[in-house]
Amino acid sequence: MADLMQLLTTNPLAKQLGVPQATRLRRGRALPSGPVAAGAVGGGTLAVRTLELLGVPTRAALVDQPQTRVSETDGDGRTREVPEAYPGSIGALVVDATGATSIADLEVVRGLLRPAMKGLERSGRVVVLGVEPETAGAPTAVATQQALEGIVRSVGKELRGGATANLVRVDLLTAEPTSPAELASTFLFLLHGRSAYVSGQVLHVGHGARDPQAEEVLADRPFEGRVVVVTGAGRGIGAGIARTLARDGALVVAVDVPAGGQGLAEVANSIGGTALQLDITAADAGARIAAHVAQRFGGMGRIHAIVHNAGITRDKLLANTDEERWGSVLEVNLAAQIRINQVLLDADLPGGLDDGGRIVGVASTSGIAGNRGQANYAASKAGVIGLVRAMGADPRLAERGITVNAVAPGFIETEMTGRMPVATREVARRINSLQQGGRPVDVAETIGYLADPASSAVTGEVLRVCGQSQIGA
Amino acid sequence: MPDQLTDAVILGGNRIPFGKAGGAYADASNQAMLTSTLDGLVARFGLAGERLGEVAAGAVLKHARDFNLTREAVLGSALAATTPAYDLQQACGTGLETVIQVANKIRLGQVDSGVAGGVDSASDAPIAVGEGLRKALLGASRARTPMARAKALAAVRPGDLAPETPRNAEPRTGLSMGEHQALTAREWGITREAQDELAAASHHQLAAAWDAGFFDDLATGFLRLSRDEGLRPETSVDKLAGLSPVFGKGEGATMTAGNSTPLSDGAALVLLGSPQWAAEHRLPALARFVDAEVAAVDYVSGDEGLLMAPAYAVPRLLARQGLTLDDIDRFEIHEAFASTVLATLAAWESEEFCTGRLGLDGPLGTVDRSRLNVHGSSLAAGHPFAATGGRIVATLAKMLHDLGPGSRGLISVCAAGGQGVVAILEGC
Repeated sequence: MADLMQLLTTNPLAKQLGVPQATRLRRGRALPSGPVAAGAVGGGTLAVRTLELLGVPTRAALVDQPQTRVSETDGDGRTREVPEAYPGSIGALVVDATGATSIADLEVVRGLLRPAMKGLERSGRVVVLGVEPETAGAPTAVATQQALEGIVRSVGKELRGGATANLVRVDLLTAEPTSPAELASTFLFLLHGRSAYVSGQVLHVGHGARDPQAEEVLADRPFEGRVVVVTGAGRGIGAGIARTLARDGALVVAVDVPAGGQGLAEVANSIGGTALQLDITAADAGARIAAHVAQRFGGMGRIHAIVHNAGITRDKLLANTDEERWGSVLEVNLAAQIRINQVLLDADLPGGLDDGGRIVGVASTSGIAGNRGQANYAASKAGVIGLVRAMGADPRLAERGITVNAVAPGFIETEMTGRMPVATREVARRINSLQQGGRPVDVAETIGYLADPASSAVTGEVLRVCGQSQIGA
Repeated sequence: MPDQLTDAVILGGNRIPFGKAGGAYADASNQAMLTSTLDGLVARFGLAGERLGEVAAGAVLKHARDFNLTREAVLGSALAATTPAYDLQQACGTGLETVIQVANKIRLGQVDSGVAGGVDSASDAPIAVGEGLRKALLGASRARTPMARAKALAAVRPGDLAPETPRNAEPRTGLSMGEHQALTAREWGITREAQDELAAASHHQLAAAWDAGFFDDLATGFLRLSRDEGLRPETSVDKLAGLSPVFGKGEGATMTAGNSTPLSDGAALVLLGSPQWAAEHRLPALARFVDAEVAAVDYVSGDEGLLMAPAYAVPRLLARQGLTLDDIDRFEIHEAFASTVLATLAAWESEEFCTGRLGLDGPLGTVDRSRLNVHGSSLAAGHPFAATGGRIVATLAKMLHDLGPGSRGLISVCAAGGQGVVAILEGC
């Protein structure tokens, strides 16, 4: 049946019948092939300075205005005015709208976006830079900045061919403004193929304890020599996370339950990491992780990042949910990581989380939207979101340069989702702007971005990796 | 070669949960089990791509095609292909003998690291063709003309087509191991009740160890098993008392399926190294390999019980090390049968045996039962023949490490052919 559905959707006839066609997405640590067009509203320079720091060449963005339009005649001899087109296609459009304070400024944003809507290459990028609306001052300025979100989310839904649109909000009007070095990792992620399945999202980049060093910002292997712990690493998304972070240089400690040891060993061996079998709900789980790290990486060995990926589902309608189904999901998906964090955050514990460390949780669109038969799971995943926000706002962690973030995956193609009923699965795959399911690597790349040493100014964020799914949006 | 011997230390181990014959691993080959166990070990210690000194392992029930079983497992594993390997076989003593072999090479400085252990499948056992058919096939392969080939094959009689069933019997006596042990149990007056008590304790203690997470860093799940398949946490002396004897005859028969080890499938490996190699790899030493001894008895003439060789090996080893039973903190006596353990303990308590057979001045002594097989043994875990030594060495090394430096452990494994392999480890 799955094959039949695939045939129906990938058959050449399908396109003519109007079945949405999935584009093969650009992935990995690669910039778009075409040029990056940059434009600004109201004199903002942060975006351009950030691109300069990254060494990304830019060209001036076209601006659609009545006087720049050209006449075009279609096959039926009808003539109409169309925006000036980019020669060839562009890889990305970056709009610095940090200076946008009036409704008139939004017209400039439109003018910048319009030529790009048909001028982007496959898997092209639209990145709009704004400020946190509540810091914008006058009500009109706040409204203008908030309007950017409506624009970007709509653009994400209109773009085709695997292109994405995202809005980055920075602190500019506050005492501690975001620097180009702090914004760099976010820009690079959004331009790279790594953000393939992230679209229609709003990210906040603030100001961290210290500016990332130039070599951190430009590192091809940002985790080189750093210890990263990944729970639930034996299969599925966790295995993808372990592999992706290892590709970027991480010394991975792959954690999973002893029963999953066969898959765990395979993953650990394939990336030259170590397998640590333990039940994360055990009282001493955090202590055992720290002891393993201290032992294997020496007295100075500390954890750069821990990714709390391990999770379970025990789906049942709430009418049929007993305390065991309820409790086991909350215990594994939420309580365990709270306990482990408490242990690893002890600055004096050998093998604990290092200053400048990263904690990354895995929430879910189910945690945002809720899901029938998943009250327990949604509780745990919504709990992760609350946890991340609270810890992201904790000044004691900020002082140590520790950031806490989460990803919220939407429909990801795994062994688990492969067992879903065909119709449900097809719907889940299609109801997002990219019209396809994501891959474990898409979640992993996003986690890699949040865990990157250069992402020091990103904390308390929950970033959806859902292809702009309509669920919970 | 160095003038001084270096230490050989045990750094850890890995086994797969043991399966019941015909159970979860019914379709798993020795090579598949050994390779997976090796990969689990490599992953635990982060050794992917490393060249180790050597890997030594073996299997008791072995297919002819598996002539290079361990080397094939290494080639299929995440270890560097430049890691040498060989097979070794000493019946149920195989696993422990490989540990002795690798430890000795480390002590001599010939290798700095190694993996030792074994694998066995009672499910995937080789089946041989009858002698008549085998001779005829060999004759046909030597024949030079079609006529001669036809003539050679014509010698096959219908009776030759029946395969030779694998038997768990001693070639020289025709008695199975259980039948041999039944004779020993009767000779030492080992009661049914004592055997069932030992069996129940084995199950309860092994289950408690699994529950406590003791095996989290000693075992890796394989196929659908995450615990030993034959483990019966809920068994009791009462339940075991209900089973009928399967070995021995008549009134005095005491040995049942409950107090004898079942046929099993599984693999177990141990990682050893020199202290220097361990330090370079940031791996903590669990225990030091101290010494080992192998004894053999003349069971063919009936002079001694088939599985009584450890009763001789242990006193010789203790004497060489200047130790007594009281110096031992943990005893690991392989439970081939509950009565094997009990007969061995009885022999050491017997003045007649110790003076007459061992030439001692009096009884060797009494084993403190609270120090015996404290996390269960083969009755509960199962006994894939060549895998048992690796299971015991890794388990004991971890126990000794938990007890602290200087703690001592004794391992005793009886084997077919009237042999017994024993060793002493010391906690680090």
